[in-house]
Amino acid sequence: MRTMNPTSTIDLTARPEEIRPRPNLDRQTLEPRALKSGFLTGLTWLAAVLAAVPLFSVIYMLLIQGGSRLFGSDVVEVLTGLPPAGFEMGGGIGPAILGTLVMVGIASAISIPLGILASIYLGVLEPKSRLASTSRFLAKVLTGFPSILAGVFVYAVLVIRFGYSAMAGGVALAVLMLPTVVLAAEEAMAQVPQRMKDAAYGMGCTQTQVILKVVLPTALPGILTGVMLAIAGAAGESAPLLFTALFSNYYISELAEPTASLSILIYNFSGMPFENQIELAWTASLALVLIVLMFNILARIVGRSKV
Amino acid sequence: MSNLFQAANASGGVSGPPSAGEYATDRLFRGIALSSAFVIILLVAYILWELGREAAPAVGEYGLSFITGSTWNASKAQFSVLPEIWGTLYSSLLALVLGGAFGIAIAIFLTQDFINHRLATVFRTIVEMLAAIPSVVFGLWGIYVLIPLLKPGAEWLHQSLGWFPLFGTDLAGPGMAPAALVLAIMILPTVAAISVDAFRRIPYKVKEAAYGMGTTRWEAILKVMLPTASSGVLAALVLGFGRALGETMALAMLIGNSNQISLSLFSPANTLASLLASNFPEAGRVEVQALMYAALVLLAITFLVNVAGLAVQQYTIRKFEGKP
Repeated sequence: MRTMNPTSTIDLTARPEEIRPRPNLDRQTLEPRALKSGFLTGLTWLAAVLAAVPLFSVIYMLLIQGGSRLFGSDVVEVLTGLPPAGFEMGGGIGPAILGTLVMVGIASAISIPLGILASIYLGVLEPKSRLASTSRFLAKVLTGFPSILAGVFVYAVLVIRFGYSAMAGGVALAVLMLPTVVLAAEEAMAQVPQRMKDAAYGMGCTQTQVILKVVLPTALPGILTGVMLAIAGAAGESAPLLFTALFSNYYISELAEPTASLSILIYNFSGMPFENQIELAWTASLALVLIVLMFNILARIVGRSKV
Repeated sequence: MSNLFQAANASGGVSGPPSAGEYATDRLFRGIALSSAFVIILLVAYILWELGREAAPAVGEYGLSFITGSTWNASKAQFSVLPEIWGTLYSSLLALVLGGAFGIAIAIFLTQDFINHRLATVFRTIVEMLAAIPSVVFGLWGIYVLIPLLKPGAEWLHQSLGWFPLFGTDLAGPGMAPAALVLAIMILPTVAAISVDAFRRIPYKVKEAAYGMGTTRWEAILKVMLPTASSGVLAALVLGFGRALGETMALAMLIGNSNQISLSLFSPANTLASLLASNFPEAGRVEVQALMYAALVLLAITFLVNVAGLAVQQYTIRKFEGKP
């Protein structure tokens, strides 16, 4: 079948094997570069496994040290009792759990509506305006804002005038939640397909109607994910509460008084020389981690139905 | 046009021009949204103004000597934060070296086809859970697990290599090493998440081209993928560093709150954030002003680092998505 032109003198296939040997394309497992690759792969596995060790150590300690009280027979006392003083035995973390929930509630009530409204402007109304890009940039800067500075800020604004209170603690947490909510909600709204909005405009909707009836319902899973993550983060915060809500040994009775929180209880009890208090610090840690994880898991569940 | 709408309405359709009331609500709603976006800007401005105003007396009183001196004595009204600035930067840098190395390794591990989808989900969940553990819980863990664990090793290092500045003192309890280690664990998820994002942005054909040229997996990673993702990885490191600078509770519990400058990994130190955390609740009027000044210094440092990190991140996104 060969139809070579007899006049052609150049035959590229005719090079002798001796001049240019065929490269060996088989995998050479003992070649230095393959060994190096294998070594680095092993190192990466090691790094990944090592990075998981602290998490398991923390969880183990929480369950061993805190689990005996939280899942033990005196669970009711632990969950509702007042923190013990000095050498006192027993006691619980009731005021701290309630205080944390109240302050996170205040922070949510402030930051979620404000954050979603702001994200509507950033994500739907005028995404490219100068106001939007400035706000977006500042929101990103605020996510890296040291949480303790939120406490310092609220101290300067509220505590100096009105004293330590649950309200001040809630506002400090709201400052930290706001950027998370804004950025997550904006991203969720930006993913709503343009054609859905166009269809609504085509039927004569105003922008407000498009946002309320099309954009928000479609972006809801994404928004809720962001909100849940923000709540989880706020519940675990302690630095901003340190000198805004302070601490209290009793149940909160009004929003204008110093209030206990789980994280400050852990901080205060961690340095105490009493066995009982340290045990309660672990118990409170377990409770706090469970609350934070609950919101994290909720964030995953609601985020599953994303567009 | 409006005739068409009217015709559609008359025939019982759902579409139609907005009524006057709907126009009014639209205006109002858009106004509210606009002012909410404006609130973010106002909030940042208010934070700066309020901190500046509260710190102003201290700024006037101590001036630049505040960041060059090294005493903090409330009873003598002498305040300066050089040791705290040093402690903040040193602890964050140590954490960045460790947390950064592990974070990037994990990002490579998760994105470069080392493990199947299911296992990758497991590891990603582990990293996310690490990010979810509150700072104060890490502090507690550090006190009762990490410090006792580090003590024998630190003692041995100090005794046999005590001439080396890093091991110049003994670990008496709280100190730089446990603080930096916990800090490294805490910034690892940040570094890993942003790096994963950077690796994901690389088009798949880049990796195919590298493999097509006969590279081993690690030649492709080190010579092609990592350089391509370098700006994103850099952003991850800078933002992780920013996170470390502002971290408070775990450090306040682990670093020992001692006003000194030392290279030693085992000596107690202090950071700006933990200075605020431990001194604020009991501070008098004059000390509060000095603390406000310290807060302003912390704000300036973290602001610079974060803006730098965001700028690099923005650059990366533009590079790969060709956005203007």
